[in-house]
Amino acid sequence: MLRKKECVAMLLAGGQGSRLYALTNNIAKPAVAFGAKYRIIDFPLSNCINSGIDTVGVLTQYEPLELNEYIGNGQPWDLDRAFGGVHILSPYQAKKKQSWFEGTANAIYQNLPFMKKYNPDYVLILSGDHIYKMNYAEMLRAHKATGADCTIAAIEVPMKEASRFGILNTREDGSIYEFEEKPKAPKSNLASMGIYIFTAEKLFKYLAADDANPDSSKDFGKDVLPAMLNAGEKMFSYRFKGYWKDVGTISSLWESNMDLLGEDPVFDVGDPDWKIHSRNPLAPPEHIGDGAVVSNSLVALGCEVDGYVKNSVLASNVVIEEGATVEDSVLMAGTVVKKGAKVLYSIIDENVVVEEGAEVGESKESGNGIAVLGRNISVAGKVAGGKIIDKDYKGEE
Amino acid sequence: MAHSAVGVIFSNIHDENIPELSRHRTMASIPYGGRYRLIDFTLSNMVNSGITTVGIVTKNNYQSLIDHLGSGKDWDLARKDGGIILLPPYSDETDAPYTTRLEALMGITGFLTHRNEDYVVITDCDGIARVDFQEILRFHEEKNADITMVYHEETEPAQSSYYMTLQPDETGRLKGLKINPKLKSGKFDLYVNIMVMSREFLINTIQDAVTRGLSSFGRDILAKNVDTLRIFGYKFGGYYATISSLQNYYSHSMELLQRDVRDELFGARDVYTKVRDSAPSKYIDGAVVKNSLISDGCVIEGTVDNCILFRGVKVGKGSVIKNSIIMQDTVIGTNVELDSVITDKNVVIRDRRHLAGCEALPYFIAKGRML
Repeated sequence: MLRKKECVAMLLAGGQGSRLYALTNNIAKPAVAFGAKYRIIDFPLSNCINSGIDTVGVLTQYEPLELNEYIGNGQPWDLDRAFGGVHILSPYQAKKKQSWFEGTANAIYQNLPFMKKYNPDYVLILSGDHIYKMNYAEMLRAHKATGADCTIAAIEVPMKEASRFGILNTREDGSIYEFEEKPKAPKSNLASMGIYIFTAEKLFKYLAADDANPDSSKDFGKDVLPAMLNAGEKMFSYRFKGYWKDVGTISSLWESNMDLLGEDPVFDVGDPDWKIHSRNPLAPPEHIGDGAVVSNSLVALGCEVDGYVKNSVLASNVVIEEGATVEDSVLMAGTVVKKGAKVLYSIIDENVVVEEGAEVGESKESGNGIAVLGRNISVAGKVAGGKIIDKDYKGEE
Repeated sequence: MAHSAVGVIFSNIHDENIPELSRHRTMASIPYGGRYRLIDFTLSNMVNSGITTVGIVTKNNYQSLIDHLGSGKDWDLARKDGGIILLPPYSDETDAPYTTRLEALMGITGFLTHRNEDYVVITDCDGIARVDFQEILRFHEEKNADITMVYHEETEPAQSSYYMTLQPDETGRLKGLKINPKLKSGKFDLYVNIMVMSREFLINTIQDAVTRGLSSFGRDILAKNVDTLRIFGYKFGGYYATISSLQNYYSHSMELLQRDVRDELFGARDVYTKVRDSAPSKYIDGAVVKNSLISDGCVIEGTVDNCILFRGVKVGKGSVIKNSIIMQDTVIGTNVELDSVITDKNVVIRDRRHLAGCEALPYFIAKGRML
C-alpha cells in the first residue's frame, strides 16, 4: 500500500513582519515571542497536532535562523515523526533555476515535491502570524461535506476595519461568489483568515497555471483564489467564531498579550483540552520576593521579581529589581529592569537591560503610544512613549 | 579531556526514610523544588558532567519514575549509544530480587560489563546539590584511588536509617569509616552516597563478593578494607542537602527561597526535568505573593507567603497560604488558611478549611486526598 497523508499543512512563515519594527530586525515574524512562554508559530503548530495533522511544511525565507533553531526536529509539538512531522522548507537552488519565494502561491508551488511525497488528498495552507485556537479537522470535515475545491476560513470583523482584510462575499449556504482583497467599500465584514483547505489536485493545477502566468503576482489572495472563482470552482467559506488576532502590528501584539490576563481571559492559553505546545525554557520556578507586588499578570519560569508588576506579561528569566515598576507592558525573555527603573506601556524584546532609574514609555493614558525596545540593548535615561529603539538607534536626530 | 564514566543511580534505596512521600513512588521521583523530582538533580549533574550513559537501578513502585523519565529526551539522554537505561531487579527461580546495594550491583554486572567507559559514578537520589563529577574523577585519578567517596561536612545528626561518616587523613585517604555511628554535636564528615571507581575495579569487586558470599557493600567491602584499599574522601564544599526525613525535606525545600541557594543550584548550569507544556502562571488582580517560588500553570487569586507552589496549583480568593509546599495540581478553594502544610499531588482543599502544622512537624496531606 502506498503510504500517504490525508492532509498536509503548509505554513507560510517567511514574512518579515515589517510593521513590528525592531522586534523583527533579526527574526521572522512567526518567531516573535508571545504570552510569556510562546512564540507566534506555536499556535498554528499546536493547532495542527491537536487537529491530528502531523505533516507540516514550514516555509521560511526572511531571517530563518532563529525560527529553524526553535522548531528543531519538532519534538516539542510531537512533530518528530518517522513519516511526516515538521519540515523546514527554505528556498533552494535547482538545476534549471534558482529563486527566492516570490509570493505566497509561488512559495507553495516551489515545494510541490514536498507535498506530493505524501500523496495528500487535501492541503491546508496556514500563515504564521495569527494567535488563535482552531480545530482544522472540523474545517476539513466541512470541506468534505460541501464538496468544495477550496474552503476559506472566515471571521466577522468590525465593518470599519473590513477594508484591511480580504473580504468574502458569500451566499446563504456559505459558498463564495466574490472575493475582494482589501476593498475600499466592503460589501460584507466576513474576512478571510488566510487559512485555506484545498483539494490537492485542484491546488496543484491552479498553482501550475498561476506559475505559467507572467502577469500574476503569485499570491493566493490576489491571484490564485480569484482565478479559481472565475473558473467556476466550488469555493466555500468556513465560519470561525473564536478568538483570532493578527499580531502583525505593535499595538495588536500588545493587545493580544493583554488578552491573556485576568480571571476569565479573553483568550485562554491554559485550556487543558487544547494545549499550546512550545519549546519550554529550562528554568527554575519564578521567585517572587518579599517586597514584590504582582497583580493581573503572567509570569514565566525563571523570573526574579522584587519590584511592582501590574497588567504585564513577563517571559522567562526576566528580572525586576527592588523599587522597579512595570505596568501595562510585555517583557520578553532575559530582560532586566534595574532598581528604581520604570517601564510603562511598552514592549521590550529579549535581553534588554533597563538601567537603574531609567524611564521607558509613558502611561497608557498619555496617548503617546507604546514604546518598543529591540533586543540586546541597554537603556538609561528616558524613552518617550511611542518611541522605537534598537541597537542601531543613534539618538534624536 | 573529559574522563569517560557511566552513571549508576539507585532510585529506591532511601525510600524508608520518607515513607509519606515514597508510599507510591521511588525516592527518585519525589517532587522537589516546584517543578523537579529528586532524580533530576543527579541526572542533570551527570549530563552536565558529560556522563551520558546512566543506568537507573529500581526495585519497586517505579511506575511514576518510568513515567517521569520517558525516553530520557528531556535530559538529552535519548541516545543511540547509552542514554538512560532502566535496570529493574533481576530474579529467577533461584534468586529473589536484591535486598542490599551489593546484591543490586551483582544484578547489573551484565550492564557494567557491556559498557566501555573507564569509570563508574554510583549515586543515590537523596541529594540536592550541584556536583561536577568530572572534578571528582580528576581527584580520583590524581590520588590513584581504588574508591573515592564524596562527603559533606555536617553539624546536625543524620536522620537517615543508614549512613556513614568518613575519617580522612590530610591527603584525603580514609583512616576510618563508621556505619551508623552515634552522632551528637560538632562537625562530622557525612558520606553523601556518591562513589567513584574504575569500572574494572567495580566488576572485580562484585565478582569477588559473589564468590565469597558477601552481602553488604558498606560493611563487607568499604569498612572492612579501609586499610588495604586506597579509599579516598572527596570533600564537597558547596551546598548539599540530604533528604532523609519529611522534616528535612521541608526545611531543605524552604532553603530554595534563599537566593544564594537558588543561584548555586540553578545559576550556572541547567537542571533538566520533564516538561509539561503548562501555561505561564497567572496572578489575578488582588493576588498577594511574597517570598515564594511559583511554578508554571498556577493561578493565584489569594495570598501566598513563604511557599513553594508546584505546577498547576490553584489558590482561590481570600485564601492565605503560608510556609507551605503545595504540590502539582493541588486545588485550594476560597478563604482557606494553611500554615506549614505539605500537600502531595492532586489534593483538593475545600473552601474555608483551616490547617496548620509547625516547622518541626509540617502537616502532610497525602496524594489525591480531598479535605
